[in-house]
Amino acid sequence: MSEPLLQVEGLETTFFTKAGALKALDGVSYTIHRGEVLGIVGESGCGKSVTSYSLMGLLDHPGKVTGGRALLNGVDLLSLTEEEYQKVRAKKIAMIFQEPMTALNPVLTIGQQIDEQLFQHTDLTPAQARKHSIEMLAKVGIPSPEERYSNYPHQLSGGMRQRAMIAMALALGPEFLIADEPTTALDVTIQAQILELFQSLQKEMGMTVQFITHDLGVISEISDRVMVMYAGRSAELAPTEELFRSPRHPYTASLVRSIPVLGQRVDRLPTIEGVVPSLMERPDGCAFQNRCPYQTAECAQAVPPFTELSPGHFVACFHPLEAK
Amino acid sequence: MEPLLRVKNLSKFFPIRKGLFLREVGSVRALDDVSFDLYPGETLGLVGESGCGKSTLGRTLVRLYEPTQGEVEFLGENFLKLKGADLRARRKDIQMIFQDPFASLDPRMTINQILTEPFRVHGLHSRTEQDRLVKEMMEIVGLKASYLDRYPHEFSGGQRQRLSIARSILLKPKLVIADEPVSALDVSIQAQILNLMKDLQKEFNLTYLFISHDLSVVEHLCDRIAVMYLGKIVELASRDELFKNPRHPYTKALMAAIPRVGFGKREMKASLQGEVPSPISPPSGCHFHPRCAVKQSSCSVKYPELIEVAPAHFVACPFHSGGTSL
Repeated sequence: MSEPLLQVEGLETTFFTKAGALKALDGVSYTIHRGEVLGIVGESGCGKSVTSYSLMGLLDHPGKVTGGRALLNGVDLLSLTEEEYQKVRAKKIAMIFQEPMTALNPVLTIGQQIDEQLFQHTDLTPAQARKHSIEMLAKVGIPSPEERYSNYPHQLSGGMRQRAMIAMALALGPEFLIADEPTTALDVTIQAQILELFQSLQKEMGMTVQFITHDLGVISEISDRVMVMYAGRSAELAPTEELFRSPRHPYTASLVRSIPVLGQRVDRLPTIEGVVPSLMERPDGCAFQNRCPYQTAECAQAVPPFTELSPGHFVACFHPLEAK
Repeated sequence: MEPLLRVKNLSKFFPIRKGLFLREVGSVRALDDVSFDLYPGETLGLVGESGCGKSTLGRTLVRLYEPTQGEVEFLGENFLKLKGADLRARRKDIQMIFQDPFASLDPRMTINQILTEPFRVHGLHSRTEQDRLVKEMMEIVGLKASYLDRYPHEFSGGQRQRLSIARSILLKPKLVIADEPVSALDVSIQAQILNLMKDLQKEFNLTYLFISHDLSVVEHLCDRIAVMYLGKIVELASRDELFKNPRHPYTKALMAAIPRVGFGKREMKASLQGEVPSPISPPSGCHFHPRCAVKQSSCSVKYPELIEVAPAHFVACPFHSGGTSL
């Protein structure tokens, strides 16, 4: 496997609220290799989006990164000042958001928004910037890009807006891209179009991607490796095919079983009893213990370490399932 | 068997008004000439993408919208003709579960008030009997009776959806229309709600019209499935038949677009190019023809009838082909 591009170690993000300090991320660690797509999957509140915002330096008050490192090519992103961050964002790392309608500026045209970052980071003249932006729009498959260049976001359909946002994120050829639920708001046939585009661009530009979604189907088709998160911690990380064939963390195993799969009929879906604990009531030790069929006294005493059980397969559990 | 609900040529057009005198300049053809029967005890799934008219159909059936034309026969009587007290009495038998459990429960009412409201509206039972039934129902949907004094904001999304379900079946309806009831929920909670709906169907002998955009959920729950595209039903068949032998090109494309869990990374290939056209001016002839892989010149002329091509398998495409299954 090639060298790592991004190394996240013990990432910890805390929200300082009136109710007290809440650790949204409590020691998240993973590595992404150059040219790889790492999928991050988990349910609402598991911290998958906070992880991205922390890496991008986009956390709003009262959220703050309170520990850990995130080395991109050896440079710790978490120690950058805001000015240093502005030089890195868009150029080295870029992000695509879930809802293009809120992520795009409604009072600027699509073209102005792509041009803006070109002016920020390059010496292109307005004419050159325009040419480059139109090329980007064409590249992401937007029909009649010259016209679309002067359109406002509301004049585009959901799928087209998402394409425009991809064009914007890739305009400066970043080496690392974070995609946060980029297809969740789209219909399945449009989702398939966007995923196809995304894959071909990723290959063509040799990008490294962190792809976040709650959809196990999407993650399974697009990622080389998958990390499952639960209540602000990494639960399991493995190559995609292995993770779904032989999940070792009880949470991953139950999650995979609880979704209806086309062509596999069951009378009742196996469920995970209870709900994800809120950050305020996360139990001591393993966060999953109260919903776990394999729970023992040990689980309440310490947080299980994220250990490599077999090459490339990491699990945070004291009682991992047998490998299949 | 006599159908519980018979829908004939039902249409709902929303007028578009413009100008000083709000002249009608066009219409959104949200639901366009839809017919089907729903039999007692079955679950009929309605699937399709945004804007295909599946929610409009659900809302028109409970008369939240008045249809532009068409007939709805419920329990043998013309449901669209009912007025006043008759309508209210009949509505007891059709209940609805909505997608967003955050919007469908009044935030200023306690759970007890929310759940006894259906009884108050219909003037049913004494106070003590109401309380008893509500408590019993809380248990049936898996919630503690001690929660009754709480307000909706104190519950999680899954619990709220349990409350909406409890409210909808308190009146022992015959038909429950569920509009994307699990779309807003996390996957582990989704499974709990789907199981609950299955259990309740057995216990109370319910008939479901289940509206969803998620084919795998629909396959799990439904006996028969209708696929909709731009206001029309394009294919209707039993679950086994539809998934084994999808015939309409749109159904096939829709199935091919669903990401598969657990098969490992693969190259994505979009099964459909372009986007769903606007229902304000749908394409001439077959609405699907501009995106269709097997279109012929005649497709842009006349909308194809929904015809029975195999026993109980209806397809609105003269050039349909069987065989390509998953």
